Amino acid sequence: MTAKKMNSLQAVNSALAQAMAEDDKVLVLGEDVADREGGGVTGATAGLSTRFGDDRVKSTPISEQAIIGAAIGAALAGYKPVAEIMLMNFTTVCMDMIFNHAAKLRFMSGGQSTVPITIRTLTGAGWQTAGQHADHLEGWFAHTAGIKVVAPSTPADYKGLLLSCIQDPDPCIFIESAGSLFIPGEVDEVATPIPLGKARIVQEGTDITIISWSSQVLRCQAALPALAEAGISAELIDLRTVSPWDREAVLASVAKTGRALVAHEAVRDFGPGGEIAATIAEELFGQLKAPVRRLGAPKSPVPFAKVLEDAYIVSPDRVADAVKALMA
Amino acid sequence: MAELSNAPAPSPEALVDIYRRMIRIERNDDAIRKTIRLGRLVMPYYSARGQEVIPATISSLLTDDDKICTIYRGIHDMVAKDMPLRPLWAEIAGRVDGTCKGKGGPMHLTHPETGVMVTTGIVGSSMPIANGLAWAAKLDGSKRVTIAYFGDGASNIGAFHEALNLASVWKLPVIFVCQNNGFAEHTRYENGTSVDFIAKRAIGYGMPGHTVDGNDPLAMYAAAHEAITRAREGEGPTLLECKTFRFLGHVLGDDDKYMTKEEKAAAIAKDPLPAFKAWLVAQGHATEDQLAQMQAKIEAEVEDAQEFGLASPLPSVDELRRDVFAEEMPA
Ligand SMILES: Cc1ncc(C[n+]2csc(CCOP(=O)(O)OP(=O)(O)O)c2C)c(N)n1
Repeated sequence: MTAKKMNSLQAVNSALAQAMAEDDKVLVLGEDVADREGGGVTGATAGLSTRFGDDRVKSTPISEQAIIGAAIGAALAGYKPVAEIMLMNFTTVCMDMIFNHAAKLRFMSGGQSTVPITIRTLTGAGWQTAGQHADHLEGWFAHTAGIKVVAPSTPADYKGLLLSCIQDPDPCIFIESAGSLFIPGEVDEVATPIPLGKARIVQEGTDITIISWSSQVLRCQAALPALAEAGISAELIDLRTVSPWDREAVLASVAKTGRALVAHEAVRDFGPGGEIAATIAEELFGQLKAPVRRLGAPKSPVPFAKVLEDAYIVSPDRVADAVKALMA
Repeated sequence: MAELSNAPAPSPEALVDIYRRMIRIERNDDAIRKTIRLGRLVMPYYSARGQEVIPATISSLLTDDDKICTIYRGIHDMVAKDMPLRPLWAEIAGRVDGTCKGKGGPMHLTHPETGVMVTTGIVGSSMPIANGLAWAAKLDGSKRVTIAYFGDGASNIGAFHEALNLASVWKLPVIFVCQNNGFAEHTRYENGTSVDFIAKRAIGYGMPGHTVDGNDPLAMYAAAHEAITRAREGEGPTLLECKTFRFLGHVLGDDDKYMTKEEKAAAIAKDPLPAFKAWLVAQGHATEDQLAQMQAKIEAEVEDAQEFGLASPLPSVDELRRDVFAEEMPA
């Protein structure tokens, strides 16, 4: 299989092209997604309407409820729409469609309705976009029954996981994160889908397990050299799918290391880290050598001033410090 | 408001079929209310008594292939679309033989075989989803149409405006059917809606809009025929505002304090059911006897469905984990 160097944004484009070529039920819709409108503000959908036609790649008005509603309706009629909600904060204006409809129609219909939609959306602090353009809201979605939450960190994962979301018979939210979007990696031109709900071990270790996802994985990775220098053997797990999450992989790792740190970019309080930490504590209470710790953003909106934004983000230094404190 | 074109007059058979659907709605509604009052069904019930003409007429122009998205006050829309009554009753009773195995209940029935795709309890949400079904019909190259039913209050929700705009830009085969019964919960029409006619709002979205007497089958037939034909021919969406009245308030047990006794009595005096029946007979389209026989058959169907639904077993508790996703979730 030929691999190519590309960044995650290009990997998204490549996944969409592959999925559309393989299955003519796959559709793309969202603001500016067609080539007439420039193929998306980030260029994630560039070239698709030219290649697959304006019927299958539809630019929409700025109408998030209408976008998700149209995706749901088309899905009920047998299509596999990939809807782009430009930024994750804008999912708040179509939460009814996502939460009350997409996520619940299978259950409420007793299994008759199937809503195989994928919602692609972008977020992430670090770009000084401030309060309304950079929140990590995976916790909202992970709390909802009926929707899968996927948050990759490498180009190969972006492609393989997006392919799985599109094929999945249920709604998936696919979180693209600004911090990981432009870092290149090797990606198969024709990729194999990566199963949802399966974590990736980024680095094996024996002293502590660090659990993370999305761009935060890259910051955790950046902390690894300092930990190695301090003589700490850390195992880093990229969850890849936040819901359902890979409990088996996490529990097996923590059973081995005896220590766990969950680090995410989302606000720490009531965040997904709490769920993971609580599960570890419930399942492995007797085997833990230290209490499970969580790192996340402070309970504050994403700030603008660079100095504040830097303090908001869970930096590699903070990851390293937390690990060292747990080892002490 | 756009002028109505000359839709063909309905045949006598079509008119009798509209009446059949109306009486099926009314007999079923009556049985549901009685069963609730007897304590044999426990559910919030949003009766559409008085609104029968609207879906009965529209459905008489639809096929099983055509789709509808409706709301909590939508059992009349489903019955009009010829949903079988046995699974309907089992569903409102929360039983395994229900359309949704008892997991959706009266506000969330789904029955794709008869085109009932979504029933929503969220005001205004039927419209964006109907658009997607209509988009799919277009992609399939079919002549299928989708109806989005909603109330007058729903036309003040953002989703209404987004959905009409998108449907118009995309020229979707969808018909937005507002059943304007004059009230949104307890709020009188003019206290919640900025325009004197909801159909006016169509102008803002570049589509035809008609205000129709929703209690007059002939007016409804003409308007629905035109909108459905337009949609089937690829000319895009229509907004139909069908004026009517709900005889039994917002929800069963509602004390109607927000309306006057006089206006309610006046509306009920114009009950479209007996009026249409008398007209059919006077026109010679059917005899009293034929209509009585039809009604008896429907009553038997309703009774059978009621017995079936109430006798159906309760769902097992493991159903909680089933149908959340296609694959079964671990506990
Ligand atoms: C988004 C939302 N807001 C409020 C409600 C509560 N509610 C249920 S029915 C209703 C009135 C809706 O009136 P209308 O659209 O005119 O329909 P009708 O009930 O008259 O058929 C309200 C406010 C709801 N279900 N959904």
